[in-house]
Amino acid sequence: MLQFDKVSMRYPEVGDVLKNISFQLHPGEMSFLTGHSGAGKSSLFKLIAVMERCTRGEIVFAGQNLNKISDRQIPYIRRSMGLIFQDYKLLQDRTVFDNVALPLVIAGYRHGEISRRVRAALDKVGLLGKEKKYPMTLSGGEQQRVGIARAVVNKPPMILADEPTGNLDPELSKEIMHLFEQFQQVGVTVLIASHDISLISKMNYRVLTLDHGQLVAS
Amino acid sequence: MRKRPRHQQKQEGRQTRISGGGFIDRLKAYRDLHAHALFSSLGRLISSRFASVMTIVVLAIGISLASGFYILVKNLQQLAGNLESSNQISLFLKDDVSDINAKKFSENLKKNPDVQEVKFISKEQALKEFETYSGFGSAVKALEKNPLPIVVQVIPKNSFDDEAVTQNLFEHFKLVPEVDLAQMDMQWVKRLQSIVEVARRGVQLLSGLLGIGVLFITANTIRLELHNRREEVVIAKLVGATNGFIQRPFLYSGFWLGFFSGVAAWFIVTFTALVLKQPIEKLSGLYDGSFHVVFLDFFETFAMLSISALLGMVGSWIVVHFQLRQLKPE
Repeated sequence: MLQFDKVSMRYPEVGDVLKNISFQLHPGEMSFLTGHSGAGKSSLFKLIAVMERCTRGEIVFAGQNLNKISDRQIPYIRRSMGLIFQDYKLLQDRTVFDNVALPLVIAGYRHGEISRRVRAALDKVGLLGKEKKYPMTLSGGEQQRVGIARAVVNKPPMILADEPTGNLDPELSKEIMHLFEQFQQVGVTVLIASHDISLISKMNYRVLTLDHGQLVAS
Repeated sequence: MRKRPRHQQKQEGRQTRISGGGFIDRLKAYRDLHAHALFSSLGRLISSRFASVMTIVVLAIGISLASGFYILVKNLQQLAGNLESSNQISLFLKDDVSDINAKKFSENLKKNPDVQEVKFISKEQALKEFETYSGFGSAVKALEKNPLPIVVQVIPKNSFDDEAVTQNLFEHFKLVPEVDLAQMDMQWVKRLQSIVEVARRGVQLLSGLLGIGVLFITANTIRLELHNRREEVVIAKLVGATNGFIQRPFLYSGFWLGFFSGVAAWFIVTFTALVLKQPIEKLSGLYDGSFHVVFLDFFETFAMLSISALLGMVGSWIVVHFQLRQLKPE
């Protein structure tokens, strides 16, 4: 599904933020990406979402070399990965329904189909009935679940979550992680960047550890 | 678009099937997207009423200046066009030529094969006309002696086909001893036409400048809107929106701004023309003219609205196109 081959990334001002990273994620695999802050988790995340390009090496996602795709193709790549963020990145002036529907609207689905899929996604994250609410009126945990619903509504083969529980208490974090497990069980590849070691250690999944831009454990 | 690898095409095929239809369905979805962008951008203009009105007023003034000048030139052209028929030569006779001699002179002129018509205006007639039309009647009465000369108006034969005939006659009359001053009205028409031509060019240049102004004002307004909605744009990009999808509502915003400015400009210009119409036609009446103020016809109104809307869209496109490329999601 996702393959990193000797990937390095350098910012002109900072120097190397990722050094010689190689790993592979198989379809339907769930793994964690961890490390101290500044270890390069976010940079790795940005490389996968093609928000940045790597300086050396190769990244292959779903059979496509991400170094070689044009800017024009980036949106289509992003449609096959569900992105989840620490700050949820929801549109505050739109309803929950509209937020979750956004990827479908972008992909050009018709209204009836959008409605059906959004309800299914909200049902999965336990927010059915809150379609007409605005994100502001929801709790942090609920907002993150809206973010997750938006990420999975398009049924992408891979979910990428960047510190999804960073702003949530342990109880809510556990619930969110449980949601990710459910997606993994239906065959979605899941990669979660997190520094919540205690939570990660309780779950029995593969852990990729970054230290100063290098992959030290896998 | 470049050909995408097979697995991705397959995946899109799967999506299409799931969405319950083929090409027609996608086309309908595309139409829905456009309709949505068209009306949501209108909704946003209305919801930020104050800012929209300010922009539209500025744009409307620019557009109404350009079209106002256009109407001015159009009217001048009409005026010059009317005068084209007055292709005559006026001969102002010397003061010492008596009425009888003058009459004889004009009778002789009629025998000239190049002359079509001769009109004799005596000093008394001239004075009468002057009193009636100039508005200086009482002032003229105060004069002891009639200061006006005898005038003989000559209309040359075939003058429209052959300017040389008129020119020859004119040169000939200049040398006639009875004639004090020969004046070719055509010269004045030509001068006026040249002035109109200069004005027309000037207005074209000015309209171009004003158009560029409209373009950049729209561009700047859209730039601000883009800035305000940056968060939204970033999120849309992250969930896979193409630049085309993101710029669509902004293009429609530009369209509405331009279109409404065009409509407002039409009202400004119409109002101005209505205010000026009566006094101008009264003035024309005083000069014994039948000048009617012409206004934008249907086609010109349509063109004005189209150009305004187009300028709005182009202005918006310039900004969105270049700024979206720079705008990276991080």
